[in-house]
Amino acid sequence: MAFAQLHALIQQAQARGTTIAQLMLETEQQQTGRSPEEILARMRQHFDVMEEAVRRGISEPVRSRTGLTGGDAYRMFQYVQNGAAFADPATLRVVAYALAVSEVNASMGRIVATPTAGAAGILPAVLVYALDTGRYAREQVVQALLTAAAIGLVIANSASISGAAGGCQAEVGSATAMAAGALVELAGGTPEQVGHAVGLALKNVLGLVCDPVGGLVEIPCIIRNGLHAWTAIAAAEMALAGVRSVIPADEVIQVMHEIGKEMPVSLRETGLGGLAATPTGKRLREQVFGRAATAAPQAVTEAGAGDAVTAEATEGAS
Amino acid sequence: MKYQSALEIIGPVMVGPSSSHTAGAARIGRIARQVLGETPKKAVFHLMGSFAETYQGHGTDVALLAGVLGYGPDSEQVPFAKERAVEAGLDYAFRRANLGYFHPNTVAVELTGESRSLHMIASSIGGGKVEVQELDGLPLKFGAERPTLILYHTDVRGFLAQVSHELDSHGYNIARLALERWRKDGPAVTVCEVDEPVDDALLNLLRERIPALREIRLVQPD
Repeated sequence: MAFAQLHALIQQAQARGTTIAQLMLETEQQQTGRSPEEILARMRQHFDVMEEAVRRGISEPVRSRTGLTGGDAYRMFQYVQNGAAFADPATLRVVAYALAVSEVNASMGRIVATPTAGAAGILPAVLVYALDTGRYAREQVVQALLTAAAIGLVIANSASISGAAGGCQAEVGSATAMAAGALVELAGGTPEQVGHAVGLALKNVLGLVCDPVGGLVEIPCIIRNGLHAWTAIAAAEMALAGVRSVIPADEVIQVMHEIGKEMPVSLRETGLGGLAATPTGKRLREQVFGRAATAAPQAVTEAGAGDAVTAEATEGAS
Repeated sequence: MKYQSALEIIGPVMVGPSSSHTAGAARIGRIARQVLGETPKKAVFHLMGSFAETYQGHGTDVALLAGVLGYGPDSEQVPFAKERAVEAGLDYAFRRANLGYFHPNTVAVELTGESRSLHMIASSIGGGKVEVQELDGLPLKFGAERPTLILYHTDVRGFLAQVSHELDSHGYNIARLALERWRKDGPAVTVCEVDEPVDDALLNLLRERIPALREIRLVQPD
């Protein structure tokens, strides 16, 4: 079946008494010719990569390739471990987890784009958090990736998952909606509740612009991943409690698309407006690109054939 | 539907930081390497648009280089590609260029090996998806999401009929096809994407049975 309308997926899942994850698995099988076992094996591998990035980012300070960011996941995790937090420490860990994956991404470490690299922290954070609660088997968590995929496909096909096309709402927003819906289905919620979680999560990111400093996937992307992982959990809990998204999810997705189209180009991943255009944002951009961007714009920017390049090759590869 | 597979949403597995500027760049490099079909000695990358503006911060440079060395977008060698290039004796250079009217994230790759060289223009169109725009000056487009046969041949009547007959009779379905030639009856290139996995046996079979075929290269998806 076509993944363009969430209500169609919900209706079919309800009519057949099955889950959105199961519909995704069947459709993937038809589309790719792969067996369900092969598809689940790929999802398992992807979940392993996600979990590895989470665990790495919290166990050591990870610096970005440019040196602009890093170490916040480790900082946050230490704070949570020390037990002085306002919120329930177990739940607060999800923020550290999302920061961790986004920092690993900025350091050129291995991640899974979910749905993009810029928003790659949110889904792993909530799913590893769910695994850590001990209430769900690993296999159930892997299944939840399929729920997330179905939601992501609907958004990608009827709106956008690209910051250049739709702003941050299309990347971090999509990831938040995917994570919220996946959690609801993992917790045993109905397909309808999955839809409400998507609607609730997405409403909270409408209008969010893509304004990365220097055009880099660092400031504010990393922080937004951390905070929206928390939002995803809250949206899932609200849907499970019976809170409804009065504006249906498909209409929220549609309006996200329309808002994205109305955003000026300066706020769609060009690094020209918003936080990127603040005095500090501009200064940091110069710090990273200053020399190469202004010194020799049309000339050879870099050439290497021997020992001369080895020092640079290791730079930022922490 | 623009997106069809769960793996386009939960994936690709890649080293960061950017699916378009890092994963896409590695894919482009690896396509060039596979089309060259031998160990490259020299690689020159002409970067335009956003690639030229931000390549250091996104690791576009090391990603392109890693791809040319044969590493995929998920290889942890990507950040160390300059070291690997030195070890492999690969000369490389990055230049800014204006390549004309292409997607903002576009690069021209000049690759030179022992016996042949290649000039390829390719764009990273988002989420790690890439599209080759030109091969040796011919407007041949392919994305390498499926096994892709690059057939160097002489322009003769019935060439495509022979190719499609051989592919069909051995169980292959053609998903996408393009043929361009430098001149009538002269050298030509056909790019053919198929749905089924391809191995050397098929390549040898095509070499044997199609006289006008001069060379064949295979680009595998990652």
